[in-house]
Amino acid sequence: MKPAVVLGSGLAGYTLVRELRKLDRDVPITLITRDSGDYYSKPMLSNAFAQGKTAANLVITTASAMAGQLGCSLLPHTDVLHIDRERRQLRTASGVIGYERLVLALGADPIRLPLQGDAAAAVKSVNDLADYAVFRGAIENAKHIAIIGGGLIGCEFANDLASAGYAVTVIDPTAYPLSGLMPESAGKQLLAPLAALGVACRFGVAVKAVNKHAAGYALTLTDDSMLHCDAVLSAVGLRPRIGLAQSAGLAVNRGILVDAQLRSSDAAIFALGDCAEIEGRVLPYVLPIMHAARALAQVLSGNDVRVEFPAMPVVVKTSAHPIAVLPVTRDAVGDWKLLANGHGIKLGFVDAQDQLAGFVLTGEYATERNAMSKQLGTIVAR
Amino acid sequence: MKVWQCVVCGFIYDEAVGLAAEGIKPGTKWADIPENWACPDCGVAKADFEMVEL
Repeated sequence: MKPAVVLGSGLAGYTLVRELRKLDRDVPITLITRDSGDYYSKPMLSNAFAQGKTAANLVITTASAMAGQLGCSLLPHTDVLHIDRERRQLRTASGVIGYERLVLALGADPIRLPLQGDAAAAVKSVNDLADYAVFRGAIENAKHIAIIGGGLIGCEFANDLASAGYAVTVIDPTAYPLSGLMPESAGKQLLAPLAALGVACRFGVAVKAVNKHAAGYALTLTDDSMLHCDAVLSAVGLRPRIGLAQSAGLAVNRGILVDAQLRSSDAAIFALGDCAEIEGRVLPYVLPIMHAARALAQVLSGNDVRVEFPAMPVVVKTSAHPIAVLPVTRDAVGDWKLLANGHGIKLGFVDAQDQLAGFVLTGEYATERNAMSKQLGTIVAR
Repeated sequence: MKVWQCVVCGFIYDEAVGLAAEGIKPGTKWADIPENWACPDCGVAKADFEMVEL
């Protein structure tokens, strides 16, 4: 019997295998990854510096122990070059592997901004454990770190690196932190707590060029000011890895297109996690991955299940001022309403039917995440 | 008293310590935590915790 083959050993790949094993102890599973296959917690990558953790410290379970626990074969450090859909075979750097069903859990690549200058290639990004090890090495002797991007990952890294004793400057062309997730009155709550930690914020300007300067770098910003630092971290978003699927002729858009059963345009191939576009949505956070993995495990076990996503608040791990947000789509019709304003702010998004459809909880209100989720859909007085 | 760890974010629940922020008293056994309880750090379900030896 040909195995179910899973490509990718991130949260999506491993959670899917774990869930599938709960339902089916016998189906042969092969997991192929270009990484080491060591299991780690990705959310911890952006709060590990303050805890003094090395990449090795962050490994929760080694690859071989994972393979043992999950009863699967694991091929680490293996690139998949091509999917032959007709023969149901994968061409890899170390031979051909047949599959019965194939799950793409390939993740995403950090977006790289086109920067000028002789040191543009020295800009780092951190999206997996190997990246973390490289970045940690690069900042060993650094004092001042510039972070390009003031969204969720940029703010988390700024908080973490400042807590670990680094001077940090965040540069972002938008007007305020976390602007992709919440309105200005909420996002700007982060400014003073980050400043108190030693984070300088430069919103409203972008980085034009990165050049070598003495032992570090000189950044030229769009207002023609200069900024000197010892290392540069880019955190401007992720792009789903669709290349392998695209070259195999699968339907793709921003991500690999799948339906509510996580099935691609080929009935034997599925996708989940950061590489997938599930019924038109790319959902790059932990909770959607857990829900998708559970649903896909059911589907692969022959059950007619569709993934359903409940309210999935996003937690921003900025310890200086914690935030939980249930974002609304850009085209959502309604208004943000101020519900409370103390050490932080509580906002609710009231839709056209006067119902609570989203929220932002910052500071002292951040812990009310679950209580607020329960109130979704209830009528809010205007 | 046992210790449980969130497999997603590494959050630790120690039965001996409880979780004051969520009104869970010291000594509360894992089995007595409601099934709809979610990890305070990453929000995943109680089912995504595993017992760890520390």
